[in-house]
Amino acid sequence: MNVLDVTRARERIERLPQRFLPVIATFVVFVLTFGTGSVLYDGFASPQILTNLFVDNAFLIVLAVGMTFVILTGGIDLSVGAVAALSTMIAAATLQAGWPPLLSVLAVLVAGTALGLLMGLVIHFFDVQPFIVTLAGMFLARGLCLLISVESISITDPAFRTVATGTITLAEGVTLTYSVLIALAVVLAAVYVLHLTRFGRTVYAVGGSATSARLMGLPTGRVRVGVYAVSGFCSALGGLLFSLYMLSGYGLHGVGMELDVIAAVVIGGTLLTGGVGYVAGSVLGVLVLGTVQTLISFEGSLSSWWTRIVIGVLLLAFIMFQRLIVRRTE
Amino acid sequence: MIRHHLFWPVAALALLIVLNAVVNPAFLELRMQDGRLYGGVVDILRNGAPTLLIAVGMTLVIATRGIDLSVGAVAAISGAFACTWIAAGGHAFTAMTLALGLCVLLGLWNGFLVSVLGIQPIIATLVLMTAGRGGAMLITEGQIITINDPLYRQIGAGFLVLPIAILISLGVLLLVGALTRGTALGMLVEAVGTNPRASRLAGVRSRTIVWTVYVFAGLCAGVAGLMISSNVSAADANNAGLWIEMDAILAVVIGGTSLAGGRYSLTGTMVGALVIQTLTTTVYNVGVAPNAILVFKALVVIAVCLLQSPHSARLFGPRRRAASAPHRSEEVTAA
Repeated sequence: MNVLDVTRARERIERLPQRFLPVIATFVVFVLTFGTGSVLYDGFASPQILTNLFVDNAFLIVLAVGMTFVILTGGIDLSVGAVAALSTMIAAATLQAGWPPLLSVLAVLVAGTALGLLMGLVIHFFDVQPFIVTLAGMFLARGLCLLISVESISITDPAFRTVATGTITLAEGVTLTYSVLIALAVVLAAVYVLHLTRFGRTVYAVGGSATSARLMGLPTGRVRVGVYAVSGFCSALGGLLFSLYMLSGYGLHGVGMELDVIAAVVIGGTLLTGGVGYVAGSVLGVLVLGTVQTLISFEGSLSSWWTRIVIGVLLLAFIMFQRLIVRRTE
Repeated sequence: MIRHHLFWPVAALALLIVLNAVVNPAFLELRMQDGRLYGGVVDILRNGAPTLLIAVGMTLVIATRGIDLSVGAVAAISGAFACTWIAAGGHAFTAMTLALGLCVLLGLWNGFLVSVLGIQPIIATLVLMTAGRGGAMLITEGQIITINDPLYRQIGAGFLVLPIAILISLGVLLLVGALTRGTALGMLVEAVGTNPRASRLAGVRSRTIVWTVYVFAGLCAGVAGLMISSNVSAADANNAGLWIEMDAILAVVIGGTSLAGGRYSLTGTMVGALVIQTLTTTVYNVGVAPNAILVFKALVVIAVCLLQSPHSARLFGPRRRAASAPHRSEEVTAA
């Protein structure tokens, strides 16, 4: 090991906290909100409340993972909530038509991925802003939902119901659903892809500077299109988990969900300019949102629309915090 | 003529109107009754007034390379506040003034985040979009507030030969046109949108300009919110102005204003808003299920974006070259 390696290693150790600072901050906020709940309300600090955060937000975690990919490249995907709603609708409608559950799941995943891929292609090849393309995608997905059916369709398929209601007992009185396992698997897969594959490293490179990445000979086009396909896939899977959670398909499921997802990713420390952020942060962001929701439902006297205000305030606080960090590193 | 930037939007509008006239011959009829003009076209104007007004504010914001997602929430807050004030026994005039004052404050807030703190516009206004509707619900305490005030009803449902709402919107449009195109203001706005840094170095007060356009967008959204709630004499914090930011952005984009900033067309915005509203009316008129309207809008947006993109500009010959989309990283270093 020569001198250069030693200094580099030291630099890396010194830089570590700086790099992870946003994620650590999110973790601190999570601990603080959860701590506040535990102090204020009896029965808040129970393992079941903690696992319920995962159970109630499994779909949000999956959506946030997809959004993290997109935001890491400096893009944005406003269609996630609508695509999730479309997925619940496709699942419910195909099951009602008597499709086997596996085929129905496959159809949902293919549809979501295809829609994402399509948006990615338009964004890349026509050089249209991601914001407006995914906005159109949002309209399209919601419109398709309403074309399938205006009414809510309930899911009666026995296999779906078994998966939805089945629980795994972790310890005495602490249970998880299968959705949580799926969500965690998605998180692990995303971490693997982002940090240990060429695609993932290119995602960070494109977010850091698309021009530099292209000049380095990285396949930027493939990645820019790919992240939207990933996000489409995650939206479809998140929609499936949501249909398990609600046991119905409805075109107005998840209105405004894209905001929650973007808020979770931002609160999780991913820079909206791209290139910086971790999937783990996004998961923590979802947990913070979930805790706020639980806190408000525990309080009882506060109406549910306080959730939106608190999320807005948290979002603002974290954006300011990001600005501070960016300014300092500049 | 095909190369004029308004050719496609106007063609689309004409096509839609012809389609309506063919399906429903009574569509083009106009009749006077009690000194008021009625007819299918007047309905489009009346229903499109809030969208047009918000789109005018949005045009200037987009011209500075920004975006304001919070307009729908601001409109909801404005309507909620005014109706709650009137329901509590306040005068309609005070209610409207205070509601607009509140919207100016919200616009100041957006402008502060974007111009002073340098936060990306999408995100800065997302904060208010998320929290704003919650705020509106807080004002109305979750109720739909219904009121019965003749003066307040005028702004959204009143007539002065033409509906008062559209007169207000067109008035604002003309005023903004005169102010920005008659003076150097419009050029400065475009300069800030083209390159904020260069324009600042050239002595343009880019911070003040950016701040002002957000305040103006907030004010427009406020008036539109009054129109929406006055039209139905009720404030619905959940649904008032829902998706209107999308309609407004579409109107601006259809009108040929580039989302990359630096170039705007108020006439285009007006045509765009009319196209959006006529499209909505057409879908009802033609008898397509109203549910399909979102699919239609999506297809229109995609078509317009593809037509406007630099790629197809090359395909269709030397139309006005659209500025290529800026990279986000550049946007931030420049901010």
